[in-house]
Amino acid sequence: MGPGPVAGRLGWFTVLVLVVDSSTPAVIAALVQVTAAGVEVRAQRCAVDARAHGELLAPQVDAVLAEVGVRPSALGAIVAGLGPGPFTGLRVGLVTAATMGQALGVPTYGVCSLDAVGFPAAAGEPVLAAIDARRREIYWAVYDGAGQRIVGPEVSAPSVAAARARDLAVVAAVGDGAHRYAATLELPVGDEPRYPMPVALAQLAAERIAAGAPGEPLTPLYLRRPDAVVAAGRKSVLP
Amino acid sequence: MADEPLVLGIETSCDETGVGVVRGHTLLADALASSVEEHARFGGVVPEVASRAHLEAIVPTMNRALTEAGVTLADVDAIAVTSGPGLAGALLVGVAAAKGYAVAADKPVYGVNHLAAHVAVDTLEHGPLPEPAIALLVSGGHSSLLLVDDLAQGVTPLGATIDDAAGEAFDKVARLLGLPFPGGPYIDREAHAGDPAAIAFPRGLTAAKDLAAHRYDFSFSGLKTAVARWVERRQRAGEPIPVADVAASFQEAVCDVLIGKALDACRSSGVQTLVIGGGVAANSRLRAMAEQRAAKYDIRVRTPRPKLCTDNGAMVAALGSHLVAAGVAPSRLDLPADSAMPLTTVSVTGEE
Ligand SMILES: [Zn+2]
Repeated sequence: MGPGPVAGRLGWFTVLVLVVDSSTPAVIAALVQVTAAGVEVRAQRCAVDARAHGELLAPQVDAVLAEVGVRPSALGAIVAGLGPGPFTGLRVGLVTAATMGQALGVPTYGVCSLDAVGFPAAAGEPVLAAIDARRREIYWAVYDGAGQRIVGPEVSAPSVAAARARDLAVVAAVGDGAHRYAATLELPVGDEPRYPMPVALAQLAAERIAAGAPGEPLTPLYLRRPDAVVAAGRKSVLP
Repeated sequence: MADEPLVLGIETSCDETGVGVVRGHTLLADALASSVEEHARFGGVVPEVASRAHLEAIVPTMNRALTEAGVTLADVDAIAVTSGPGLAGALLVGVAAAKGYAVAADKPVYGVNHLAAHVAVDTLEHGPLPEPAIALLVSGGHSSLLLVDDLAQGVTPLGATIDDAAGEAFDKVARLLGLPFPGGPYIDREAHAGDPAAIAFPRGLTAAKDLAAHRYDFSFSGLKTAVARWVERRQRAGEPIPVADVAASFQEAVCDVLIGKALDACRSSGVQTLVIGGGVAANSRLRAMAEQRAAKYDIRVRTPRPKLCTDNGAMVAALGSHLVAAGVAPSRLDLPADSAMPLTTVSVTGEE
């Protein structure tokens, strides 16, 4: 990740950045420092609990700030994983980032959460990153040898992802969805990362942070429509 | 008064995204975004659609509320949020938002009960609530009768619907009559031209045998079915449906039961104040009937203006302001959204 235009001009800068991601069972909060030299993680919390995103995230944000000993007003930007992920949990991270950004008057930047799994796993050959999507499906994307996403994000049965991966000469899979459906994917599964990596989320936004780019609305990558049935005709109550 | 608490209230328990600002008992702002139109074609609120709308609406709604009140987040003393009861996913957006603001601005957060907030909102209109009071809360999601001993500490549930909520019955009957969703305002409008005594629809749980076990409970499912049967018989006979008469007679049956039971609760507990809240409290017949019948017993009816009866952020801020003034401890940052929050919990305090 090269320095952005502002960094290039100034030669030096330091931005304290809050990173959150709640798109997977791993509820993530991290405080990172973005400088011309790169991204350094100062503090991070990760708790794996698919049912307690709402309870866990805010105390974790509080904890990383306390650990580094900075007040929220010291933050220069907020980065949030946009998913894809199960809707209810995913929204916790996005609303936390959006409200804090509003309250502090700092820009918010979104990163596809799968990228924070696929990008750090890149090692010269294409990889598949997969996160469990429940309902026997996975959220997935394919990355080239340099960690650039080339297909996805999509949600589908693991067999569909497996077929696409074969076409793209993918050599390995990562992510909790890859662990769960290893047999169907028929790919060697890397141990890590299993969930989005906070450092990668920050790296993937570092150029925007360094450039002081305008903040973005944090639009979730739901990939699925809400379950809702249009009201049908009324049933008769008379025999 | 400048030393009265300045409190923000956030409401997302159903389909309204509300942010209110209150100082003491004074309403400074009441910003609202509604996803009601997105639900109309489904004939009811779709939880995931509501949750998505809350996420999109919360930041702009907060902006509008702060601008309208002429305050900043740094000025407020506390942030109150509906933490239950309601739709789980929808509540979670508001609770997470409240925590985001609380952490960023270093403010205490109060997770409060939606129903207690419906009672508290009346203080914005009529000042401090005499305690004890009886509260009748009627909307599309709830129908409850409660004894309010101490709004800061606890309320005692007396009764509730055993099937449909009152507002739900309005929605279903409206649909039956070909009126739009949500049905309440349309039934109300039609009923003005109708005869409330035209059709004798049943009054649920008012027979002597029901009163023994369900003196303060409600049931609207039988009424809804009775209306459906009556309408269908007409349709099958090829006769036109007198929409205004059906609406008026149905509305009369609902109000008769609600007010009858609420006043019974007041008289049997010697309480002189009846507060009515919730979306159905906007119904013109309910308001008129309550005034009329309560006058006979010297009971004072307090009903906030219709805009404050439906779900909004001001009601949450009103309760929050009351809690801060009463010295109640705030919630912790691990405050959960509790879709089944009991009525006995007015706010989730961080103390053990
Ligand atoms: Zn309500």
